[in-house]
Amino acid sequence: MAAKRVGIVGVGMTLQSSARRDVYGIELINEAVRAALDDARMTRKDIDAIVIGNMDHFEGINYVDTWSVDGSGALGKPIMKMTTGGTTGSTVAMGAYYHVASGMFDRVLAIGWEKNSESDTTGAIITAFDPFWDRPTFGGAVAGLALEATQYMAETGATEEDAAYVAVRDRKNALNNPYAHLRMELNIEAIMGTPYLAWPVKLGDMCPRTDGACAVVFASEDIAGDFPNAPAWVHGVADRHLWAYTSDPYVNQHVKGGTWFPAMERATAELYGKVGITDPLEQFDVAELYLPYSFAGLRYMESLGFCERAGAPALVRSGATDMGGKCPVNPSGGVLSSNAIGATGLLRVAEAALQVQGRAGDRQVPGASLALATGFGGCYWSDELVIGIEKPERNRG
Amino acid sequence: MDDWRESQEILVMDGRIKVPYTWSAGEVGTSYLEALRDEKRFLGTRCPNCDIVYHVPRMHCPDCFTECERYVELAGQGELVTWTVARRHYPPLSPLGGRFGYGVIKLDGADTGFLHLLAEFEEGELVTGGRVEAVFADEREGSMLDVKYFRPVKGVE
Repeated sequence: MAAKRVGIVGVGMTLQSSARRDVYGIELINEAVRAALDDARMTRKDIDAIVIGNMDHFEGINYVDTWSVDGSGALGKPIMKMTTGGTTGSTVAMGAYYHVASGMFDRVLAIGWEKNSESDTTGAIITAFDPFWDRPTFGGAVAGLALEATQYMAETGATEEDAAYVAVRDRKNALNNPYAHLRMELNIEAIMGTPYLAWPVKLGDMCPRTDGACAVVFASEDIAGDFPNAPAWVHGVADRHLWAYTSDPYVNQHVKGGTWFPAMERATAELYGKVGITDPLEQFDVAELYLPYSFAGLRYMESLGFCERAGAPALVRSGATDMGGKCPVNPSGGVLSSNAIGATGLLRVAEAALQVQGRAGDRQVPGASLALATGFGGCYWSDELVIGIEKPERNRG
Repeated sequence: MDDWRESQEILVMDGRIKVPYTWSAGEVGTSYLEALRDEKRFLGTRCPNCDIVYHVPRMHCPDCFTECERYVELAGQGELVTWTVARRHYPPLSPLGGRFGYGVIKLDGADTGFLHLLAEFEEGELVTGGRVEAVFADEREGSMLDVKYFRPVKGVE
């Protein structure tokens, strides 16, 4: 039996902010869930199954699927927790998609959330890494990313200013997003003037720690037409998780024919092959990419095939990825403006859906019909989804 | 309706989860950490099928799943593949204090890199592709921190 085609028919997101002290975690989840149900004009009873995710150690609650039932709406329903680090939100989206595509469920709610304010983010992130080989010497997420930035600059000749262009772009875009956590216009000089956290990564290059939640309703092709919003169809998904230890992405990628960022490149090759993407810059109208820091907005563009290796600084400086450019990247302000980690990947998918549905408000890319959404996390893991307004001829995987 | 936040202070409860663990290092981890602790030697493992020397050691090749040959002796020196200098003092994560280097090192004889701390360097002395060497701790107890840090090899580019 062929897999069902799957459409996104409802999207809900909470205000993203540094500390949502006004709500308990379960209530935060509920805010996003109610917004998604209202958006799809559904009730809790209409939902067939739920997929939920966050990073357990950020809130210190391990049975999130059980604990959150009152807020998620899972009372008396199938629920499954998925937790894959930074990719959690995109994995939750893919998990909900798989549920519906299988033909076993018609309406599945995906939920991603986090309250980073409730713990020590860096201390908690450490617990995701190997106690023998990584933890004793691990410098946290910022220093880990700085290793990538150093390598990227050494191999391509890119500069800190090139990266600052990405930070300026995403931060400026956030001014159009009423849900964004950081909404600030900073120029290159301002970004360059922020203090170093771990050379060459500065405060202005990094994402914040955010509280927030997102919920998305996925529906089967059999009923997707019954909702008030035109479905945003999932055209294809792919993910790759390669290697395990912190050091692996920087050198071990070159072992055995590994290339630049193998997880992203292999996911991209599979996804573009399935969906028929040969020139992403021309074919995608908009991209919502999980860029946790500015240098990612250079290097990942290359691994996603938007330009040749080392070509990203010129691409970004050309304005092609700005609002009004050929393929605007992160009209929402992206991860640099809001990073409630478990919600972050799902927000990329939600924003992509709103864009192709023409419902993105002040951050709308006019006429957008095909969007790329990505998740990034763990040890350079990669989730990718293509979302489009046109109904695909069949489920292509 | 009045906003409850204006008339009530939000209650915040402090918590701390401190759980003891006793992780088994397994065969490969035990052999590796004992050699590091007792003899200041670095051991790798080699996949005979892929001809890759893994350091840190792996029992099985993660790609072809062949059992690796144990062990390959590695040098206490190698190449600095990439690096950073962390500026923020965060005690649990920075055993060397406020400003410390941090890098991926490929030991001579190994095909894969591993993560360790860097010290004893001046501004500009850390170079991608540069040579670094291990400095061992006097008191060693069978952990990656039995190597105190790596430092640039002097007089070598």
